Amino acid sequence: MNRSEASEYLRNNHMPTVWCPGCGNGIVLKATVEAIKNLKYSKDDIAVVSGIGCSSRATGYLDFNTMHTLHGRAIAFATGVKLARPDLKVIVMTGDGDSMAIGGNHFIHACRRNMDLTVIIFNNNIYGMTGGQYSPLTPTGSYATTSPYGNIEKPFDAVELAKVSGATYVARATSFHYNLLTKYIQKGLNHEGMSVIDAVTQCPTYYGRYNKVGTGPGMLQFFKENSLLLSKVKDMPQEELEEKIVIGEFVEMEKPGYVNEYAKLRKRVEAKSHAK
Amino acid sequence: MDKKFTIMQGDEACAMGAIVAGCRFFAGYPITPATDIAEVMSSELPKVGGTFIQMEDELGSAAAIIGASLAGVKSLTATSGPGFSLMQEAFGYASMTETPTVFVDVQRGSPSTGLPTRPAQGDIMQARWGTHGDHAVIALYPSTVEETYRYIVTAFNFAELYRTPVVFLMDETLGHMRESFYLPHTDEFDTVERIQTEDLKSETVYQPFLEDSELYDDIQPLVSMGRSRFHVSGLFHDESGFPIGESDLASKLMKHFTNKIKLHLDDILIYDTYMMDDAEYVIVAYGITARSAYRAMKLARSNGIKVGMFKPITIWPFPTIPLKKILSKVSGIVVAELNMGQFAHEMSRINRNMVPMQTVLREDGQLIQPFDIVDALTKLEGESEE
Repeated sequence: MNRSEASEYLRNNHMPTVWCPGCGNGIVLKATVEAIKNLKYSKDDIAVVSGIGCSSRATGYLDFNTMHTLHGRAIAFATGVKLARPDLKVIVMTGDGDSMAIGGNHFIHACRRNMDLTVIIFNNNIYGMTGGQYSPLTPTGSYATTSPYGNIEKPFDAVELAKVSGATYVARATSFHYNLLTKYIQKGLNHEGMSVIDAVTQCPTYYGRYNKVGTGPGMLQFFKENSLLLSKVKDMPQEELEEKIVIGEFVEMEKPGYVNEYAKLRKRVEAKSHAK
Repeated sequence: MDKKFTIMQGDEACAMGAIVAGCRFFAGYPITPATDIAEVMSSELPKVGGTFIQMEDELGSAAAIIGASLAGVKSLTATSGPGFSLMQEAFGYASMTETPTVFVDVQRGSPSTGLPTRPAQGDIMQARWGTHGDHAVIALYPSTVEETYRYIVTAFNFAELYRTPVVFLMDETLGHMRESFYLPHTDEFDTVERIQTEDLKSETVYQPFLEDSELYDDIQPLVSMGRSRFHVSGLFHDESGFPIGESDLASKLMKHFTNKIKLHLDDILIYDTYMMDDAEYVIVAYGITARSAYRAMKLARSNGIKVGMFKPITIWPFPTIPLKKILSKVSGIVVAELNMGQFAHEMSRINRNMVPMQTVLREDGQLIQPFDIVDALTKLEGESEE
């Protein structure tokens, strides 16, 4: 997809973005736009809801029905949008702090309900907007402005959390694996039920600098060298995987979700009240 | 037209009235004494093509109704003090994004977990100033089950017309009380309907925060999601909805929040007055306390005290204009409420010691007795004879 094809889906008068040079958020944004273009969705039929943080500013640049909401609550807002207008495709753009810390409760419950949403986590394992504090996805030992001696906490694995909570499509790719990321977002959008895409992306300004991983290209190189496809790691011992990013599709299944089940319930209740 | 005589609980009347108002989405979380509203909505909404969801908490409930409303469906949540506290951030978002929403707060003894099954009117100030920052708000307060049924419709209309969250305050006693009344026919209610995005002319570039709207005189109505493809944000924004940093534009938005309420006070301020024609004294009371006040007025009248009553339905914006008129005519005022003097504080602000004022306050989870108000009136009368 070239620039002019992408710009058809963007609010070009609101560019440039607030994102730093080398930031990976633009890659995830472009992958999302490409996925939508491939699926030939009408711009009017898409609602994008975001929370608060660097990645959540994405909604302002997308020419769809967009809501930039509250820290942690994007999934709850999106739940309201989807239930009010099941005809809309509802996408949530959120960060690792937004979805896994302050918004963790909404995340697990939307998974449990198999709510028909596509949640894209821009996972740079740091709070960028506030200047580089550690998040629930920051690896143990990593440096951040609030972990100057190294992070002593154990991070969540967003994929595992989505899996056990009941999401029915769960995938992970990095900003280096653009085509894979686009494919997963596309499959997530096409999937009926809760889709979670853990989009591992780079924050060179804070995470890269504090942890000496490098600038934008350096971090992409790091993703390239440290990512392993799920299909290739099946027989590898756990300790060999500890420092690695496992990418691939983790869950893909059909299961009843709230939106369809409620439509069925409504039909049942209507039939009952007509019978009276 | 034959009128149907009915008996309803206050919470039930709130839910049934909301459906008459066109509410088709409810998100909530169980909490005493507001749970019954969620229960009725879960049973009634699917019958009328609406949707109910029990969210994981009140933070999610408030967010979900704002999302549903922005998508184009009239939405409601109902809670009590502890839940209302959790909803405050989202309430401010609804105010900032001018999203029509109705938040019911069936108050209970407070603060904190308080007295969950006892009445209190302690959330008066929270309804006005609960969320951070200056913001627009309207709060309505019924005092009977029938009023609950009627004014919840008004709450939805105000939310649409003035594009603001509306707080609908109730009392624990009112929520759980059953009363009989003639059920108004749905034709009696005018409801303000949401404009659908398909109804916009194809050349219209919809700006969600435009002042001087073509669609409605001064407040741009919200249209449903779809072709309008607008953006909303909790950040200060311009007429298009996109964030801005300029101070003059920020100031313009803040003034818009104030003005859109101030310019429509005549329509927004709802109140009832009783026996005010020859009144030398006035009792000011709202919600369930207005019931005691009415009885007190009758008792005092039979004792020869010329007293009337003012019952605000609109608590916020504060009914300053009608109350100032009354203050200029009477020689004493009694404010009765189930808190430590929240409404009385506002009263004294506009009274400025013009007329002697007595308060009858109660904060122990019990209702104010009519005799307590009569005693206050007798005291006032004594003061003015001195």
